[in-house]
Amino acid sequence: MGVAMADALLRIEGLAKHFDVSKGWLTRMIENQPRRILKAVDGIDFEIRKGETFSLVGESGCGKSTVAKLVVGLHRPSGGRIIFDGADTAEATSRKQSAALRRRWQMIFQDPYASLNPRWRVLNIIAEPIRMFKLAKDAQEIEDRVAALLTQVGMSPADGEKFPHEFSGGQRQRISIARALSSEPEFLICDEPTSALDVSVQSQILNLMKDLQQQLGLTYLFISHNLAVVYHVSDHIGVMYLGRLCEIAPAMELFANPRHPYTRLLLDTIPDLNMSGRARQPVQGEVPNPINPPNGCAFHPRCPFANDRCRDEIPVPQVKDSGMIACHAVEEGRL
Amino acid sequence: MALLEVKNLRVEFPTRRGTLLAINDISFSIDQGEVLGVVGESGAGKSLTGAAIIGLLEPPGRIAGGEIWLEGQRIDGLDYKAMSSIRGARIGAIFQDPLTSLNPLYTIGRQLTETIIVHSGMSKKAALARTIELLAEVGIPAPDQRIDSYPHEFSGGMRQRVVIALALCANPGLIIADEPTTALDVSIQAQIIALLKHLCRNHGTAVMLITHDMGVIAETADRVAVMYAGRIAEIGPVREVIQHAQHPYTMGLMDSIPIIGHDVERLRQINGAMPRLNEIPNGCAFSPRCPRAMDRCFVDRPELMPTEQSGQAACWLFGEGNSDGGGDG
Amino acid sequence: MAISERKGKPALGAIARALDSDIFHSFIHSPVTVISAVVTLVFFIGAAFAPWLAPFDSFDPGALDLMDAFTPPAWAEGGVPQFFLGTDDQGRDILSTIMYGSRVSLTVGFVAVSFSIVLGVGSGLLAGYLGGWVETIVMRLADVQLTIPAILVALMIDGVARIMVPFHLRDQMAIYVLILAIGISDWPRYARVTRGSVMVEKNKEYVSAARVIGVHPLFIMLRHILPNVMGPVLVLGTIGLALAIITEATLSFLGIGVPPTTPSLGTLIRVGNNFLFSGEWWITLFPSAALVILVLAVNLLGDWLRDALNPKLR
Repeated sequence: MGVAMADALLRIEGLAKHFDVSKGWLTRMIENQPRRILKAVDGIDFEIRKGETFSLVGESGCGKSTVAKLVVGLHRPSGGRIIFDGADTAEATSRKQSAALRRRWQMIFQDPYASLNPRWRVLNIIAEPIRMFKLAKDAQEIEDRVAALLTQVGMSPADGEKFPHEFSGGQRQRISIARALSSEPEFLICDEPTSALDVSVQSQILNLMKDLQQQLGLTYLFISHNLAVVYHVSDHIGVMYLGRLCEIAPAMELFANPRHPYTRLLLDTIPDLNMSGRARQPVQGEVPNPINPPNGCAFHPRCPFANDRCRDEIPVPQVKDSGMIACHAVEEGRL
Repeated sequence: MALLEVKNLRVEFPTRRGTLLAINDISFSIDQGEVLGVVGESGAGKSLTGAAIIGLLEPPGRIAGGEIWLEGQRIDGLDYKAMSSIRGARIGAIFQDPLTSLNPLYTIGRQLTETIIVHSGMSKKAALARTIELLAEVGIPAPDQRIDSYPHEFSGGMRQRVVIALALCANPGLIIADEPTTALDVSIQAQIIALLKHLCRNHGTAVMLITHDMGVIAETADRVAVMYAGRIAEIGPVREVIQHAQHPYTMGLMDSIPIIGHDVERLRQINGAMPRLNEIPNGCAFSPRCPRAMDRCFVDRPELMPTEQSGQAACWLFGEGNSDGGGDG
Repeated sequence: MAISERKGKPALGAIARALDSDIFHSFIHSPVTVISAVVTLVFFIGAAFAPWLAPFDSFDPGALDLMDAFTPPAWAEGGVPQFFLGTDDQGRDILSTIMYGSRVSLTVGFVAVSFSIVLGVGSGLLAGYLGGWVETIVMRLADVQLTIPAILVALMIDGVARIMVPFHLRDQMAIYVLILAIGISDWPRYARVTRGSVMVEKNKEYVSAARVIGVHPLFIMLRHILPNVMGPVLVLGTIGLALAIITEATLSFLGIGVPPTTPSLGTLIRVGNNFLFSGEWWITLFPSAALVILVLAVNLLGDWLRDALNPKLR
């Protein structure tokens, strides 16, 4: 935001995605209902530098998963731009251009049980990007590369012959990572990669991802709702609520000095394993229905610092140091 | 006398490839009004323990041995009818998915009043009044209007509150909560946990809280049992187990949880994975992954024994003749 | 060991795995299913090897002797051992004719079902994956056709096709017309089932993973989704086979199926019908019994397959 970073690998400008969730035309006519638009992502800006890990956190309905899907091209943006390594991705229209771009990023999904085709052998699952981008000349080379990848993620080359159901959740996630690495990407988008895993397996996968980042110079966009995990892996963190960004800050600073009231709420909900006896005041209220967001600042119904301006005006993002904050109370100095 | 006593419980699954022992000889007790957390990873057997106690084991699973005592009465092995009258009236249940816990075809008011009438024989009018009271207690706004709403008209957090109301409506002495907050958003989780705690203190209800989330245990439980591969690895007061874990598995588990404010380059990890039910090694099930395994660990299976703290751990580090003790937590 | 070293072994491994699987286990332990499978196999072998196994060649008019007509079965009074189940009004041995007839029935049944499956699964795949107006058109077509009983659809197509085929080719083309008619009459069921399964699979993350790297939608449909939706289709297919055989028999019984020179089970039943009340009961009874047994066996196999593939019952 603000001064364009020279080494920004990914820059998102005004990204928006609207889904039309209206009922059928006939029903609308009869019941006299208007069209209903779900604004899953409502105009966000952020940047990711090469080699860093940028995390998006938020609760359900905040749009973080939609952002991930927009970046990799699973959804078409309704507005805004996605600029990858200086070039607008919307301009890569031919198959060749599109393929050249897709080679440079990959995605790791949340559910290890649904992200691998149950009827395909692991070898073919991992080799699909290699075949797709024609990165190997013959079957032997494909085999060798897959074997090397399996070893790299901590499994054995012989696992290539097996089917996904023969593996545990953690192992399947390793297979997903191996597949993601097979096209030698620079950028990995990870959509809740450890949320479905047990804690002890999670630590293995997080360590693996960190090692790979160091070895291969990868950049990560990490989506999660687990703040402790995000604390551990991130360089920068963006907090989302109902399709908008509340705050972006370097990881340490966000946790040490949260500014946006929603960030404070989130941090307050993290259970205290240090058992300091800190009394938590869980804020009342729930995330509103994204189809019908509140006017003005989406958080105002739950915000202890809301004033009239918050109820009418959507806060404009203010750049601050190496981050941003979108809050009237902060802007007005009330916080 | 303890409210619930489980002695040497064994649960097995006969399959055509042989019988799998899913719960292998566990014993514990819950006192009146106490919150016992049962923590473990997938496959450890914690959900099965809850299901066995409340009599909802899915066939072919069955209780193969041991005893379950509720308020001095033996309840394992009771027939379906007897168990049905206990469920709801003396043991309540809260499951993970609020969507499937409530019948989508009936209003929540009807579901609550029916349950109350079945278990307490109140008149319809009295039951309705009690329902509204309960809904207010669990924090549903405008309860007298919402009793005519259907489950799908509520959000996830609100639905879970209704489920809690349903579990409490017949005033059971014990509630078994199986992952009650896992499907909810983080901020709602905190609300539901606080509610559960508050209600159970007020009604004097004991809770068996089954979860994989150590954070929830830290906030809610009085004591905690850590399960591994169908057995209890460690059991003790929650503060002790979390901050001064004695069993190497618990220690490894606590170390692998990322904590805010605690900066590490790499998280401590326990290599390998929990063994599958048909591949449980001889001796201590954790021995292949244990950094402190001794020769004995691969041969003899340890029972729960007293540790240096006030709890117990199933680990030979605390066996007789071991001046080593548990080491630091 | 390296992946390539195990290349020779997978084939054997696959068979060993199949024998050890839960599905095979449930098969072996169900006497009804094993019997049905054996019966179906017997029919297949009898039909496939009819020219070598049948005592007589029923389709050779020159070999027939009218003097042999109306011979009762071997165990009845007046029967002879060489015509084990008796003969019909033209002197054809009933047993041989059943075997040759099953050949026609099974061929038509199989090919028709395969045609239905290709048509139905194909349109279901497109409808489920592409959605939008493709889905609307395909599904409404299916809905409309489902309101008409399948046998009427077959009749209609058969009738129309016959008119369009020149007279002298009619007998030759009869089988193809029949296959077309039966095939088209049954595609909506497969389309519906496939579309439902495709809609579930489409949202799974392995499909998203393929889309991320830019895999072509056709490839996704055929290589990713199709293998995962074939289960219910196979179950429907076995039951569809039974249905196709019956439909063919019905059409032949009505006289608009296979030509009289290549009789199927249906033709036999029709022919025998004329003599049912004049005392030559065996001409209808045995082909009917054969039809019933075959269809029953195939249906029971389909039942077992459905239960075996149902994850909830395992």
